[in-house]
Amino acid sequence: MDVLIGILLIPTVQAVLKIFVIIFALVMPLATVLTLMERKWSAMIQDRVGPNRANIPFLNNFRGRGALHIAADGLKSFFKEDFIPEGADRFLFTIAPYFGFAAAMATFAIIPFAGPIGDFTFQITDVKPGLLYIFAITSLGVYGTVLAGAGSNSKFALLGGTRASAQMLSYEVFIGLSLLGVFMVYESTQISVIVNGQNTYWFGNLIPKWGVLTQPIAFFLFFTAMIAETKRAPFDAPEGESEIVAGYFLEYSGMRFAAFMLAEYIALVGVSVLVVTLFFGGYHIPWLHLWESAPQWLVSLLQFMKFTIFTFFFCWLQLQIRWTVPKFRFDQTMALGWKKLLPVALGNVVVTAFIILIAN
Amino acid sequence: MELKVKTVKRVDGFQEALYLPAIFNGLKLTVQHFFRNLLGAKDVVTIQYPEEQRPVSPRWRGRHRLTRREDGFLKCVACYMCETICPAQCIHIDAGDHPDFSIEKYPVVFDIDELRCVFCGLCVEACPKQAIRMDTGVIAMAYSSRKRFDYTRDLLKDTYTPNQRTKYTNIPLPKTEDEALPNSRGIPSS
Repeated sequence: MDVLIGILLIPTVQAVLKIFVIIFALVMPLATVLTLMERKWSAMIQDRVGPNRANIPFLNNFRGRGALHIAADGLKSFFKEDFIPEGADRFLFTIAPYFGFAAAMATFAIIPFAGPIGDFTFQITDVKPGLLYIFAITSLGVYGTVLAGAGSNSKFALLGGTRASAQMLSYEVFIGLSLLGVFMVYESTQISVIVNGQNTYWFGNLIPKWGVLTQPIAFFLFFTAMIAETKRAPFDAPEGESEIVAGYFLEYSGMRFAAFMLAEYIALVGVSVLVVTLFFGGYHIPWLHLWESAPQWLVSLLQFMKFTIFTFFFCWLQLQIRWTVPKFRFDQTMALGWKKLLPVALGNVVVTAFIILIAN
Repeated sequence: MELKVKTVKRVDGFQEALYLPAIFNGLKLTVQHFFRNLLGAKDVVTIQYPEEQRPVSPRWRGRHRLTRREDGFLKCVACYMCETICPAQCIHIDAGDHPDFSIEKYPVVFDIDELRCVFCGLCVEACPKQAIRMDTGVIAMAYSSRKRFDYTRDLLKDTYTPNQRTKYTNIPLPKTEDEALPNSRGIPSS
C-alpha cells in the first residue's frame, strides 16, 4: 500500500495518469458525442429529424433517439477496408492522420481544468512558455494535412492539402497577434498566470477581469482565427464537395478517416477550451472567493463544472456558427485574414499598449 | 432587341465589411430554430415512414381484399368479370359449385399476382357483388421472395378495418362496412 501511494506521488506517474483521465474521460467522449451532436443539432436548426435509425435488434429495437449512431459509426469505420491508393506514399499516407490527431490532443496538456487541491493540480503540466507551446503545436497540425495531401497521390487531395496548409499557416499569424493583447494585459504567456489574472476584479469585487472584458476585440479575432485554424465552416475551403470533394483526406477510409474526423472534433473542443481559459476566466468562478468557508474539494468541483459547461457552450456555439454562416471562398478566406484581421489585430495591440501605458 | 438588365445594388460599406452584424442576425435565426426544435421538434414536418404513414384518401387503391357475407363466406360468385377486365392479367380464378343453390358458384382458387398488378382498380369497378375491394390501405408489400407476392384466396379474405392513417387529414372515413360500400370507383356512398 505504501509503495502504491509512493508511486502515485511521483510527478511523472501523476502526469501520465492525468493524461489518461483527461484524454479518455473528458476529451474523447466529448469529441465523440459531438460527432453525433453535430448531426442532431444541425437537423434541429434545419427543421429535420436527424439520425434516429440505428437500433439494437435484440432489445426491442431500442433506438435511444439516435444515440446509437455513435457506436454504429465507430463499428463501421473499424470494420471497413483500410484502403491505400495505388502510387500513394505508404509511409506518409499512414502517419498523416495521427499527426493531426496528436496535435489536436496536445492542446490539452497545459489546460487547467479546475483549481488545485493542495499540491495536486488539475493540469498535466504548467509549462513556462505557456501559449507559445500552443502555437507550436497548432503549427504541427499543419503537417497532418500537408502529408495527407502530398502522400495520397490524388490531385484533389493535393489541392486540398495546399489550401489547408496556406490557410492554417496564415491564420497562425492572427492567432499569435490576437493574443498579444492578452499577454500584455496579464503580463505573461503562462496559462496559470493568465487564468489567475482573470480572478482579479475591477472596482473592489464588482467586475471580474475576464479576458473577454479586458480584450473583447482579441476574443473575436482569436475565435475567428481558431475556427479557421481548425478548418471548419465558414472557413472549410480545404474541403469543398463541388470542387475537390473531401480535400486532403479524400483518399482515406476506415479507421484513418475516423482519426481525421475525430481530430477535427477534438480540435473543436480544444478551441472551446482555449477560449474559456483565455477569455472566460478559465476555471475561476467569479465572486466565489467571497464564500470563504467553502471546502476546497467543493470549490474545485464547482470550478470543474463551470469549465465543462463553458466548454460545452463554446462547442455548441461553433457548431451553430458552422450551420449558420455560408462558406467563404478560398481567396475570401485569405483576404479576410490578411486584409482585415491583420490590421485589426495590430491596431488592438497598439491600443492596448497605449491604455496600459496610460493606466500605469 | 434590347436586353433587359436588372441592376442589383451591391451593399457595401463598413457594416458589411465587418461581417459580424450579418452573422449575428443569422445566428439569431438558427438559434431560434434550434431551441424551438430542441423542445419537441415543433417545426419538423418529416413523417417517420414505416412507423408513421401518410394519410390516404378513402378511394385510394391499396392491396386488394375479398369481402365476405355475414355468414363468413366470400361474396365472390366467380363470375370472371375482374379476371376479364384486368389489364395486367394478374387475377386467376377457378370456379366451384357453391353449396347454397341460390348462389351457384364460388371461387375455389382466387389468386392475385401483386407483382403484376398495376393497381388500376378496374377489378373493383367491374365486380357486380362488391366482392373485391382495394381499401385495405396497405401501401407497400415487401417480401424477400417472389412467391410471396402471389396472394391466394385465403390471404385476400379479410374483414373490414377502417383505415387508421387519418392523422393528417380531416376527410371523415367510413366506420362500418355498410357505410363503406362504394359506388363505381370505390367512393363511400355516404
